[in-house]
Amino acid sequence: MNIHEYQGKAMLREFGVPVLEGVHCTSVEQALAAYDNLNSKVVAVKSQIHAGGRGKGTLYDPQTREEVMQGGVKIAFSRDEVETYSTNILGNALVTIQTGDEGKVVKNLYIESGCEIAHEYYLALLVDRDNKSVLIMASTEGGVDIEHVAEHTPEKIHKVIIDVNAGLLGFQKRDLGLALGLSGISLRSFGKSLAAMYEMFVSQDCAMVEINPLVKSKSDEIIALDAKISFDENAEFRHKNWSQLRDLSEEEDVETRAKETGLSYVKLEGNIGCLVNGAGLAMATMDVIKLYGGEPANFLDVGGGADEEQVKIAFSMIMEDPNVKGILVNIFGGIMRCDIIARGVIAATEALSLEVPLVVRLAGTNVEQGKEILAASELNIHSANDLAEGAQMIVSLIGGDE
Amino acid sequence: MAIWIEEDAKVLVQGITGKQGHFHAGKMVEYGTNIVGGCTPGKGGQTVELEGKDFPVWDSMTEAITATDADATVIYVPPPFAAEAIMEAAEAFDSVKGEGIVICITEGIPTLDMVKAVAYVNNRPGVRLIGPNCPGIITPGETGGAKIGIMPGHIHAKGRIGIVSKSGTLTYEAVAQTMSINEGQSTCIGIGGDPVNGTGFIECLAAFENDPQTAAIVMIGEIGGNAEQEAAAFAAENVTKPIVGFVAGATAPPGKRMGHAGAIISGGKGTAEEKFEAFKKAGIACANDPSEIGSVLLQALKDAGLR
Repeated sequence: MNIHEYQGKAMLREFGVPVLEGVHCTSVEQALAAYDNLNSKVVAVKSQIHAGGRGKGTLYDPQTREEVMQGGVKIAFSRDEVETYSTNILGNALVTIQTGDEGKVVKNLYIESGCEIAHEYYLALLVDRDNKSVLIMASTEGGVDIEHVAEHTPEKIHKVIIDVNAGLLGFQKRDLGLALGLSGISLRSFGKSLAAMYEMFVSQDCAMVEINPLVKSKSDEIIALDAKISFDENAEFRHKNWSQLRDLSEEEDVETRAKETGLSYVKLEGNIGCLVNGAGLAMATMDVIKLYGGEPANFLDVGGGADEEQVKIAFSMIMEDPNVKGILVNIFGGIMRCDIIARGVIAATEALSLEVPLVVRLAGTNVEQGKEILAASELNIHSANDLAEGAQMIVSLIGGDE
Repeated sequence: MAIWIEEDAKVLVQGITGKQGHFHAGKMVEYGTNIVGGCTPGKGGQTVELEGKDFPVWDSMTEAITATDADATVIYVPPPFAAEAIMEAAEAFDSVKGEGIVICITEGIPTLDMVKAVAYVNNRPGVRLIGPNCPGIITPGETGGAKIGIMPGHIHAKGRIGIVSKSGTLTYEAVAQTMSINEGQSTCIGIGGDPVNGTGFIECLAAFENDPQTAAIVMIGEIGGNAEQEAAAFAAENVTKPIVGFVAGATAPPGKRMGHAGAIISGGKGTAEEKFEAFKKAGIACANDPSEIGSVLLQALKDAGLR
């Protein structure tokens, strides 16, 4: 789960990490009031969306698709500029390298005081899968794409791995600060901020905290100039405040609803809907559709214990996507019995008066009963014996429609 | 022989009085798994009925292992309490007998809880953790066998193919593929789809290599991380038995979590393409489609003079 920069900065401030004064706004009037109150000659006008690359993004009118402005993060030197930039940003679609061509309509702004920067750094905390522990990464190359740094100058990325029992130790903070070339006041300031960030990471169940850039000011203070924070959704049960931080308009509506019903759904660009049990098999089903020349419209895992009702909900979610021209159901019944799935498929097909071709591949527990139930129905359901056959069938059925 | 779990292994069930634990404990008894009881704090002294037989429940894992000399435990405890259940089992096995296998089925454990639990288990070298978020481990027998987890027992048969996979249903698919060419399984292990887990591919490959019953290995990975690449590099140097590989997620878009918490391509790393390439470089015979695993395995067995 991702949160906005302004929310992340509020959290950083709460834990004692220095951030600049800023105000969250949702209208041009609020932005101007924020400028008047901040008492800073220069302010940053920052689009708030859940995607990176905002500064280098482009704003478009969401209806006409006409370009409005280059850059989703602007430095304003006057009240007029704040007005211009806020007007150009709010309500328009920001397209960045991470948003896709559609972009995301900006509904939130952050107006932040300026600061005199001596140097920009990169800092991130995340869980490292290889070491099975928390990893802190820092680089002197701040404000740029860190993946580029990792590829071209990996020696400029410094890493510290935390022993979960010992926590973040004093020497690790010093070593990392020294590696960044810090000394004196800035080294101490860095150590303090790092300790605060680690405490936040652990206590708030973060999945990732990325500060790019983390800056050294002209007065040698270390300040978080950006904040990209995401949480580990598995820990939601112990963080009641997350429901307030969540911006549902940033998430695919159908993906959110799927999660609420215990399904896992990811929308894709193709036209073959898939309904599968198990995440690995669901991915493999998409892959095989592609292998035989089709394009999957979604990833959908109904889980190990889905019942008739969930199968029905899953079908209706797939059919909400107007691109879907056919559906492939692939179930390996383990705990889930094929006869139950077959009944669920028939109930859903009837209830939704499904008109697109449907291929069902069943295997595992009670497969024979499942196939008999499908065969006995009057509905136009094609039965496949294995995944490859199922994928080939649905691809050719769709091709026949064109 | 098989790996880690023998056909007659004595198994405890943590969370045996819960809905999931009770249901699956019944299925395991039905399959023939040697279930010796369970553990639910606060319910010690009670019994649980499975398939018409009564099984004892203990308050703590130390009591349960002391009383039964169990070899393994399987955890069906809800996510908020699962990491502690893993640590309790690890400590109990370590202190009572110095060894034991802990299999955690639970899906949705907070990652930082698993960081702690894995470090805790690793401090007890005789204890092995499998999972979490996995179907478990099964060593099929001539009749019955040891099914420890949630996999459908009846699709398996005793044989010489070792299977290791991050995914549940895709493992069943692989099992069905071995059966389609008249091969059974020595042991099948689901290592789970979480970013931080216990036993990994490499330990499974090493164990299969040393297991006389296992003649060939099927390894199934998915996008995210680089465990598959490391396993391939290990296999190239250390595994002489034929390996057949598949990786799920070639069509997954970057930055999106595909059901499993660990199944995500981040920063362009952890793609299926990258993993397939590592497999091929290591001489692993790759299936492009799970329905091909059987035929690719048959060819690999023939090439090795095993068929």
